[in-house]
Amino acid sequence: MAEHCAVIGIGQTKHSESRRDLSIPGLVRDAAVRALQDANMSWKDIECVVIGTAPDMFEGVMMPELWLSDALGASGKPIFRVHTAGSVGGSTAVVASHLVQAGVHEKVLTLAFEKQSESNAMWALSPAVPFQPQLVAGAGGYFAPLIRSYIRRSDAHPDTGCMVAVKDRQHGLLNPDAHLHLDQSLEEVKASPMLWDPIRYSETCPSSDGAVAMVLVNDKHAARVQNPAWITGTSVRTERTFFAGRDQVNPAAGKLCAKDVYDQAGITNPLKEIDCAEVYVPFSWFEPMWLENLGFAEEGQGWRMTMEGKTKIGGEMPWNMSGGVMCTNPIGASGMLRFAEAARQVRGTAGRHQVEGAKVALGHAYGGGSQFFAMWIVSSER
Amino acid sequence: MSEILSAPYVLEYTYTRSTGPVVGRFLEGLRYEVLEGVRTADGRVLCPPVEYDEQGEATTGEFVQLRPSGTVKTWSWVEEPRKSHPLDRPFAWALIQIDGADNSMLHVVDAGEAKRMRTGMRVRLRWAEHKSGTIRDIACFEPMSPFMPGPVHLEYEVNPGQHYSAYLRGLQRGQIIGGKDPESGKVYVPPRAADPVTGRPTSEYVEVADRGVLTTFTIIRIPFEGQKLKPPYCFGAIVLDGADMPIYHLISGVPHDEIRMGMRVKAKWKPKEQWQTSLENILYFEPTGEPDVPFEEYEEHL
Repeated sequence: MAEHCAVIGIGQTKHSESRRDLSIPGLVRDAAVRALQDANMSWKDIECVVIGTAPDMFEGVMMPELWLSDALGASGKPIFRVHTAGSVGGSTAVVASHLVQAGVHEKVLTLAFEKQSESNAMWALSPAVPFQPQLVAGAGGYFAPLIRSYIRRSDAHPDTGCMVAVKDRQHGLLNPDAHLHLDQSLEEVKASPMLWDPIRYSETCPSSDGAVAMVLVNDKHAARVQNPAWITGTSVRTERTFFAGRDQVNPAAGKLCAKDVYDQAGITNPLKEIDCAEVYVPFSWFEPMWLENLGFAEEGQGWRMTMEGKTKIGGEMPWNMSGGVMCTNPIGASGMLRFAEAARQVRGTAGRHQVEGAKVALGHAYGGGSQFFAMWIVSSER
Repeated sequence: MSEILSAPYVLEYTYTRSTGPVVGRFLEGLRYEVLEGVRTADGRVLCPPVEYDEQGEATTGEFVQLRPSGTVKTWSWVEEPRKSHPLDRPFAWALIQIDGADNSMLHVVDAGEAKRMRTGMRVRLRWAEHKSGTIRDIACFEPMSPFMPGPVHLEYEVNPGQHYSAYLRGLQRGQIIGGKDPESGKVYVPPRAADPVTGRPTSEYVEVADRGVLTTFTIIRIPFEGQKLKPPYCFGAIVLDGADMPIYHLISGVPHDEIRMGMRVKAKWKPKEQWQTSLENILYFEPTGEPDVPFEEYEEHL
């Protein structure tokens, strides 16, 4: 690594079910302008733009990066897109950080977005293709059997998923940019209808419109702000959706990605050495599943941490302080929102959802059939 | 007391209105689908125009062409229109500030139902088909949407490839074909060109049973656009006897609350004369009635 890389600007839109007031160019512009303001920069300072969004079917726009280049001040500059399904927000930030670390560019704008109100993700994820019956019913239909497997394997308390939903929604109340602001009781979540048994309505993420942007720079420019978030580890891993002996509940690619990012950041015990984490949890049961996959809990024990309240702000290991994907889910942006929240925490700019004294944070994203993973560790220290 | 005398009486007459230079020009413009406001002495634009503004000043006589759209400033819903009302269906009376004007126009919003109305909503003008040189040349206003349709239509030819074709032709004969990695012995259903773990070609086709173990499942209760099946239905992962990874299919022929992980299931085939090159030849999987498989025996497939 030739250069150190830091996050010095973070901006996001207010997220909601439908940002009918904004076009897609207007949406990305809003996030980008906020990130530039935060970095004390203007468009002319940016050398390169790296953009991510979910598969083209989600909005019906092919190669949106070309269409959006003017809105992102990218005329005459390199702009390119990263494409890794639901993990894309994370891997986009990773690619942008590599451009800085490799010394290719000194100042990079990275951005991710989704305007789910313009499309229908359930439709896009459930194609009726020839030669086979249409079986899958959206992401929930795919992940529900995996969750059932997790519950059986770990003998988890049946309320675990509901506890995560309540906790993440409580965190979301502290985040003015979150889509959902829901003060829900455990009883209310438990009473919500089953959509994909064992996943209840209140245990799923919403569909959101939103965008998030970050400005990444090398040492030379990091001093523009008082509190850069230094990127001390980045990693991306992938595995096939189906193969014999695949552990779908606790995928190898996720474990390898975590090990790689911890090794880079010099972390041997994530529970002790990481102060908080923003982790991609689109269905509440994925909190205990990822607690285990990422090494915060022994296999089969993640649900206990949730049930004991350890993942709340103020607990031993706060997870999803912003409210997470359970409160805000512009799919293509969801991964980068996790990365950005991790950076906000170590910069001390997370507002009412700030974890006091946070110095080291994990940002995590996953996608596809639990097969694409992207992670970074950010630190207040270089 | 004598009864009070009473008789119906209609007073009706069509007067001749002098419209004057300002309102007259405005109404004449409506005939040609031109919407104009008039400028006041202090620089404001009024639509509908008036000869004298509310401060008693004569307006300037300078006309400004305006876009036929505006914003609802306030409104009142009419659920049961009267005979003389401009629409024969429920509508709103509204004060509408035309874009570029400083005052508001009283007119009609054709919103269909009250819940579509809100103060601040954007509306566009709908012209009357037949003009009369009156304010009714504006038929009404209608809600404006910030969206437009974006249709996408792609046509594909789906070629399932050599190995998936072998699988589909097997289904046409009532057989389920897998592909075997000759070294690891792992059997993939459907067969594929290479074992994704080892990268070696799965050269040998083997037939697997049309029965196996249900490893995990979900019951889908959510309806969505394009859905072919009517919820609720059960969708599960089945490791067929002789295979090393699950296929996914419907589970039926059993009440949903009796479906279990580890349940033995078998294929329910369509009548033979309906078989095609499709997994749809199997309608669903149903319980065999055999004892459940212990968790340890299928755990590796989760």
